[in-house]
Amino acid sequence: MQTVLGQPTLTGIFFFLLFVSISLYITYWAAKRTRTTAEFYAAGRSITGLQNGLALAGDYMSAASFLGIAGLVSLKGYDGLIYAVGWLVGWPIVMFLIAEPLRNLGKYTFADVVAYRLKQRPIRTAAATGALITVLFYLIAQMVGAGSLIKLMFGLPYEVAIIIVGSLMIAYVLFGGMLATTWVQIIKACLLLGGATLLVLLTLYKFGFNYVELFSTVTTQYSEKFVQPGGLITNPLDAISLGIALMFGTAGLPHILMRFYTVPDAKEARKSVFYATGFIGYFYILTFTIGFGAAALVGQEIIKKIDKGGNMAAPLLAEALGGEIFLGFLAAVAFATILAVVAGLTLAGASAVSHDIYVGVIKRGRADEKQEVRAAKIATLCLGLLAIILGIVFKGQNVAFMVGLAFAVAASANFPALLMSIFWRKFTTKGAVWSIYTGLILSVVLIILSPTVWVDILKNSQAIFPLKNPGIVSFFASFAIGILVSLLTQEKEAEAKFESEKIRSYIGFGAE
Amino acid sequence: MRDKILNSNEFKKLVKSKNAISLFLTVAELFVYFGFILLIAYNKEFLSQKIYGPVTVGIPIGIGVIVISWIFTGIYVSWSNKKYDQKVAEIKEKLGGE
Repeated sequence: MQTVLGQPTLTGIFFFLLFVSISLYITYWAAKRTRTTAEFYAAGRSITGLQNGLALAGDYMSAASFLGIAGLVSLKGYDGLIYAVGWLVGWPIVMFLIAEPLRNLGKYTFADVVAYRLKQRPIRTAAATGALITVLFYLIAQMVGAGSLIKLMFGLPYEVAIIIVGSLMIAYVLFGGMLATTWVQIIKACLLLGGATLLVLLTLYKFGFNYVELFSTVTTQYSEKFVQPGGLITNPLDAISLGIALMFGTAGLPHILMRFYTVPDAKEARKSVFYATGFIGYFYILTFTIGFGAAALVGQEIIKKIDKGGNMAAPLLAEALGGEIFLGFLAAVAFATILAVVAGLTLAGASAVSHDIYVGVIKRGRADEKQEVRAAKIATLCLGLLAIILGIVFKGQNVAFMVGLAFAVAASANFPALLMSIFWRKFTTKGAVWSIYTGLILSVVLIILSPTVWVDILKNSQAIFPLKNPGIVSFFASFAIGILVSLLTQEKEAEAKFESEKIRSYIGFGAE
Repeated sequence: MRDKILNSNEFKKLVKSKNAISLFLTVAELFVYFGFILLIAYNKEFLSQKIYGPVTVGIPIGIGVIVISWIFTGIYVSWSNKKYDQKVAEIKEKLGGE
């Protein structure tokens, strides 16, 4: 099969420029509506449940998950499905435990909720550290992935790709704040869902819209093993540890949590999770089908020849079924996906710096709107530049583990403190601070000692910590330390405020 | 006003019912996902059985975990929209609005 993948095609460039023009126009439109802090961080709380559902799904459906999961399925079959399922199951947890109280209790960041009854400065310092570390690991993984993917698809040099992505992303956030970031994310989510649906329809058309036909073709072409669980889960403890990180990490990702402040109330917040879960689940089922389609119609040999990890399976299938035009469209969508995801991450990181550290800690809560928006914009610019620099520094490095690490930190540093601050009367400032730092330090240290880094990257022969993801240890340790320290340090004031927190948390009384 | 809400039986019931459904659905989701993982770890043969042509048991189960997770969120939303919001409105009204 001849492919135009890896060289800039006219249609690819056309669709890409079209997306960039539309997104910049949205940014221009949003900039006029972005003056106050509520507008900059939370789009003026003007987003509906359905829109936020799309935006949340967009944050989650990154280029890495689209191309990566389709690739994994095309090479490993059923194991790719097991992997995809793990990414979805955190969403119900977000809904049942976090979304509504978060919306009712906080203003812009999840640190608002943790600090609701507790001492502002230590809590905000710790929570913002957890948020920033999560965002940075996630951002590095996305940037490095972006550079290599764009190089594979358009043949653009790595550094140029990183600088284009970084500059556009800074423009969206800096001028258009959350409003632009959200609408860019919504448009991209629709494009991605639409593109993937079309790709699946074209695939199924070849098989008479019969999945059994598709499965038969793949199993006869390769082996029966293709539709059976393979080597992905051999050590159950490893799988459970990763499962904990994915499940509870989703409920601790700052850029996801921040989106709940963009809707007017808790009711819309809960609706948005329902939509998001539906869209993401649908998307993973599409991706699964695309992987099978690529294995059947493109063939593993070609997929592996273009990229060993299989990342180009979906674009190759698009080219095989829809020619250069469809490939160009899908490549532009993948580019848009990267842009929208890094923009959301940068905004979440910037809000931790400006809202929590600058206003909450340095200014002790005494800063006016103007000062805070300016601080947020400076933080955006710095974080954006840092993302570009880190993207270039980590060129060619194996950064896949950083996503797993981001989830482990989110599950162990951010989630336990957030949950306990909402539901446990006796939770104290010291308990929260200890819980956050325990989760943070344990996840980072254990992943360095794990096979993922110690063996695969540092080339030692044997790992000191046996599991690939530290989730199971860091998650429970963070809870245990948080509970222990809280019980040892009473905080009467915080306990007294629990009742009024409850009214606000459950019926939205006094929510902003 | 605040104490009145807090001490009312309606509010206590409201908190209890909400916590109960959240907890129940959370445990159900954990059970479904980790059950799936343990099934893969300990009983690959079961999942590899063919049920229809080349389709194995594992495929509907894997897709099923995705669909069930979504249904759980649907149950929660419909309960909240129908029952919870109504009770919240009642409490607010009984205690003299905002």
